[in-house]
Amino acid sequence: MESALIPEGVKRCSPKVFFLWTLPWLGLLAWGAVSAFLCLYKGLNQTNMSNYFAFALWIVFDLAVIALGAGAFFTGFLTYIIGKKELKDIINSAVIIGFICYSGAVAMLGIDIGQPLRGWFIFWHVNVHSMLAEVSFCITCYLGVLAIEYIPIILENRKLEEIKELRLFGHNLHEIMAIFAGTGTFLSFFHQGSLGGLFGVMFARPFAYREGFYIWPWTFFLFVLSAIAAGPSFTILCTKLAEKLGRKRLVPENAYQLLAKISGYLLALYIVFKIADTLGWAYGVVPEAGLRLMDFYREGPYGFWLVVAEIGIFGIIPAIILLVPQARKSEGWLIIGCLMNCTGIVLNRFVFTIVTLAIPVMPFDRFVSYLPTWQEWGVALAVLGYGFLLYSLSYRYLPLFPRERELNPVIE
Amino acid sequence: MSGKKKEGKHKYGMVIDLDKCTGCGTCMVACAAENNVSVQPDESDKQRSIAWMLIYKITNGKKFPDTEVCYFPRPCFHCENTPCVSVCPATATDVDPETGIVSQIYSRCIGCRYCQAACPYHARTFNWWHAYFPTTSWGPLHSESLQKLYSWWEGRPPRSKGLERYLSPEVSVRMRGVVEKCSFCHHRLMRAKEKAYMEGRRELEEHEYITACAEACPAQAITFGDLKNPNHKVSKLVKDPRAFRILERLGTEPKVYYLSSKDWVRRMADNYLEGEFEQKIKVKKTG
Repeated sequence: MESALIPEGVKRCSPKVFFLWTLPWLGLLAWGAVSAFLCLYKGLNQTNMSNYFAFALWIVFDLAVIALGAGAFFTGFLTYIIGKKELKDIINSAVIIGFICYSGAVAMLGIDIGQPLRGWFIFWHVNVHSMLAEVSFCITCYLGVLAIEYIPIILENRKLEEIKELRLFGHNLHEIMAIFAGTGTFLSFFHQGSLGGLFGVMFARPFAYREGFYIWPWTFFLFVLSAIAAGPSFTILCTKLAEKLGRKRLVPENAYQLLAKISGYLLALYIVFKIADTLGWAYGVVPEAGLRLMDFYREGPYGFWLVVAEIGIFGIIPAIILLVPQARKSEGWLIIGCLMNCTGIVLNRFVFTIVTLAIPVMPFDRFVSYLPTWQEWGVALAVLGYGFLLYSLSYRYLPLFPRERELNPVIE
Repeated sequence: MSGKKKEGKHKYGMVIDLDKCTGCGTCMVACAAENNVSVQPDESDKQRSIAWMLIYKITNGKKFPDTEVCYFPRPCFHCENTPCVSVCPATATDVDPETGIVSQIYSRCIGCRYCQAACPYHARTFNWWHAYFPTTSWGPLHSESLQKLYSWWEGRPPRSKGLERYLSPEVSVRMRGVVEKCSFCHHRLMRAKEKAYMEGRRELEEHEYITACAEACPAQAITFGDLKNPNHKVSKLVKDPRAFRILERLGTEPKVYYLSSKDWVRRMADNYLEGEFEQKIKVKKTG
């Protein structure tokens, strides 16, 4: 019965094995559900957030998954707008990863706000000057775009395809996908940027504040660039993980190589701009606020090692790995490069969220520490569980990889 | 991306004389009572307690007998160049151009806390719990055992009787999940305006509108008034050579000024690179 849903000509594990595989992810989801219930019912006192740490683990996760999910719009842009046809072999995977990241982030934000039932006030009473309003608008719209991009993949399911109307609908959606890819690119540019702008406009927080161009601080552009540098790497990592777990090739090597090369070039460009931005900030914003660079790196565990780790270890090194053809052609180095690239971007989002708030601005203020509660971890890790579950279901029942059959011929 | 707006006729502000402040905390108590500031289940957790007016204790860092102490009462500074207003996505906070007062609309706040993150003064606090005022009855739970069960579930003490009678009807009680902050006792301005209107006046006298903290301070360290009115005491005090503001160089332009004759106190109000801080007042060394 279940095998009738599995795409034709491909091999999948038995339903029993698949059920066992989903158990840990269902466990994470259950933990997340309990945590979310407690946070919604009893309030945000269930977290360790405070008036000092107004943003905490969830915002770090939000920013991180949104940056990593940028692979969806950027791969779509490269495939449908630029015309990189080889990426058609990986675009479905990128779209699903993007959908998981964005829907997970939106769900997490729904719990993170103190009055979730008033979430729609952002649209009704919008303050157009707020970067968060811009983020909310673009993320909501883009999630809609991702859902539209996901629908034709779902409609390719063997059983659904038998229904003529759905097949035609899915086919027609495929035909106009370039429009959605363009819309997604436009929306993503603004929300990825606004997430950076969110911090860059805080002119009374010298650690985050940046000068900029017109109304956009430099962090706006840096966040866009870093997201499109890390997003493809995350798509590669997830697809490689699916390959390892399924013990088969799913995507031709040239698609990986192209994405890795683009990721490497963009990361290198980002690192150059990031270094320029850091220097401009250290010699501009920081002394203007009456501070020295090292004043920001003496509180608690947040030392100068953060800069070395973010720019040096998880910035320059992965850029070199992904730029050198011999290195990225080796699977091990490719995975290490992509992993380091993604780590660097997560570290960047962590620094902008947590360190910005941890460093006292008033000279007589004090440094306070923050550790998330199990409820905060529960909600955050539920996104991981949800991601594994949705990707696994999609991989099992939908023809995600158009070349899978060709790359793995079933021997009768 | 700042919240700077066109200036109106008035600009209400405050001057706090730190040479007079004893750190007694009367301003905090008066503020909390006046503005229905609720208590929290665990008031020892100062990172999550609500205080519109908070007193910071600072010392000169020297050992006895050279130790000196100073208290910084900190309301919301109602900045002219607000870091908080422009960032709010739902327009739940605004600057009144007529008075310069930064308002918070509790029923519109979605609780995203972006304003808290943007304010370097920690002048904004979030309601991590439901507002707690011991009342005579507790909603639908009239049974005592049910109330006890509910209070255990909520993690807060069961309600006793009578505190709701002390609540001010002029200030709305805030709900869980929203940000609140000092309003310069805005309801007092409304009350004074209504009284003036009834008496056929359009302008307020200086004494007609002052905040609860300024009224309660036993040392008269807090002066409140219109910074734009040259006859008001505050507009004269801000020209005092002892006057300064906290984190002035960030460009927030607070409407709360401090007075101190001690250079080390003035030095603590902002960040300075070596050689930047100018000693304005020469303090005589005693002993």
